[in-house]
Amino acid sequence: MKASLIESAEVIDVKKLTGSIFLLIANSPQIAEIITPGQFCNIKVNDNNSPLLRRPFSICDVDGSNVYFMFDLHGEGTKILSQKKTGDKISILGPLGNGFSLDENIDKFILVGGGLGIAPFPYLIKKMNFKIKHDIYLGARNIDFITDYGLSNLHISSDDGSIGFKGTVIELLEKNISSFKNSKVKFIGCGPIPMLKALKIFCNKYNFDCDISTESAMACGFGICQGCPIEKAKPDGNYLLVCKDGPVFNINEIQL
Amino acid sequence: MSFDLSVNIGKLHLNNPVMLASGTVGYGNEISEFTDLKKIGGIVTKSISLKPRKGNPPQRIVETSAGMLNAIGLANVGVEEFLTSKVQFLKKIGVTLICNIAASSVEEYVECINYLDNEDFIKAYEINISCPNVKEGGLIFGNDLKSVGNITQKVRAATPKTIIMKLSPNTSDIKNFAKIAKEEGADAVSAINTLVGTSFDIWTRKPKIKNITGGLSGPAIKPVALAKVLEISRNVDIPIIGIGGISTWQDAIEFIICGASAIQIGTINFINPNAGVEILGGINKYCEQMNIQSISELTASYQI
Repeated sequence: MKASLIESAEVIDVKKLTGSIFLLIANSPQIAEIITPGQFCNIKVNDNNSPLLRRPFSICDVDGSNVYFMFDLHGEGTKILSQKKTGDKISILGPLGNGFSLDENIDKFILVGGGLGIAPFPYLIKKMNFKIKHDIYLGARNIDFITDYGLSNLHISSDDGSIGFKGTVIELLEKNISSFKNSKVKFIGCGPIPMLKALKIFCNKYNFDCDISTESAMACGFGICQGCPIEKAKPDGNYLLVCKDGPVFNINEIQL
Repeated sequence: MSFDLSVNIGKLHLNNPVMLASGTVGYGNEISEFTDLKKIGGIVTKSISLKPRKGNPPQRIVETSAGMLNAIGLANVGVEEFLTSKVQFLKKIGVTLICNIAASSVEEYVECINYLDNEDFIKAYEINISCPNVKEGGLIFGNDLKSVGNITQKVRAATPKTIIMKLSPNTSDIKNFAKIAKEEGADAVSAINTLVGTSFDIWTRKPKIKNITGGLSGPAIKPVALAKVLEISRNVDIPIIGIGGISTWQDAIEFIICGASAIQIGTINFINPNAGVEILGGINKYCEQMNIQSISELTASYQI
């Protein structure tokens, strides 16, 4: 495991991308240097007890010494983050967890994101560095939950048809299956549990290898609170921890 | 500016009064990335039981106002795995090690100690009789004076090492529990374990943690913990290790003034895993500023 650290980071910018989705950019040189796609950081949004705990965010992008986090405004912590001004300080603990494996002998990665599930993809495709081809499938409830920030080769679906294909992202994959069925592809998924469950059925049906990024409530982010257990596909008396053993797992390694 | 921060509790010698609480440092390896454990007075392991325990299913934790609820359910590797694979790392670092022990019967506590007692590196045992999150043992013992007396007597007979009974705040009269612990030969009590609490989602009407109730910790419980420490201090002559929402050096000093010989920090480790060292720095400065020669002068120095 790579070393983790706590860094006091200066906020560079907070941008609203769409609807309730925001992008936080912070100068965090030490973490920027070592973090890899799929890893996450645990951020203290202020220095008082409200909220008390850090908040986990997956790394969205890295640019020089700046780290990028995409988040959905849905609670007290993200509300405070969304109101940060340039020059404010936040405490970032990271990098945490195990990221995506890019060392694969394949023709193409197919990245599947549900809503904000695309958050780790911009840095991931940057690190692929055009050496490995990719397609991104993004599904959401409607157009308000869709952002194409940092993404390319994008196939979009929405439940209500307000943008792209009308239906689920898995239905869109089924529709396009002839375009990748006969190549060596690897899937990477990130999104809500129902989407991941459907993705598991899809990948196992066609025998595609698939890694997914999971999320969980957690306090520390590095294994001491034991707050984020996830059941193994074949239970053996021990849980895995999302923070330390994940957040990236093979889709057949865990129970969804 | 030489002053003495060391604390002796029974045979246990701590270089300073700052300890890391059970269940908030695991077995030391993860937190050591962020802090110098050698500087800490003592670290208390995650509760260890005779057999490994899987712990409770998710969701195990939820944040509350200035605190958090947890129902981990004593997930741990068991005594055997602890001795074969976890102690080595702590030895290499050179920490002062206190083992927290959980059990569902009096015999199991004794068996755990018998298993661990030959390991000289373990300097003391903290006996968990107050976990609110397991069906057997835990709080059932911690709420019953007779059980606490019986457990204390049996673990006392099992080892010459320091015995610390970890008391529950979920009782009306904590001083009586401290009293019986003293009478049956405990070297110290630690107070407090978490307070039973719960939290519900108003839209689904379901509890936010799977276990329904959990243990409340964090700054929210500090005034309660402080009152319990004071209550014991004013009524029972036994060393107290103060625990409950300590996040700053000021909190630590406050507990020591109210009767604690040493303190443990817990929830703050999740937020700032270097908090122990920072708190120690603050205690140092305070002692210097207040011209305190020995930290023991400060214990129970309340002016009431």
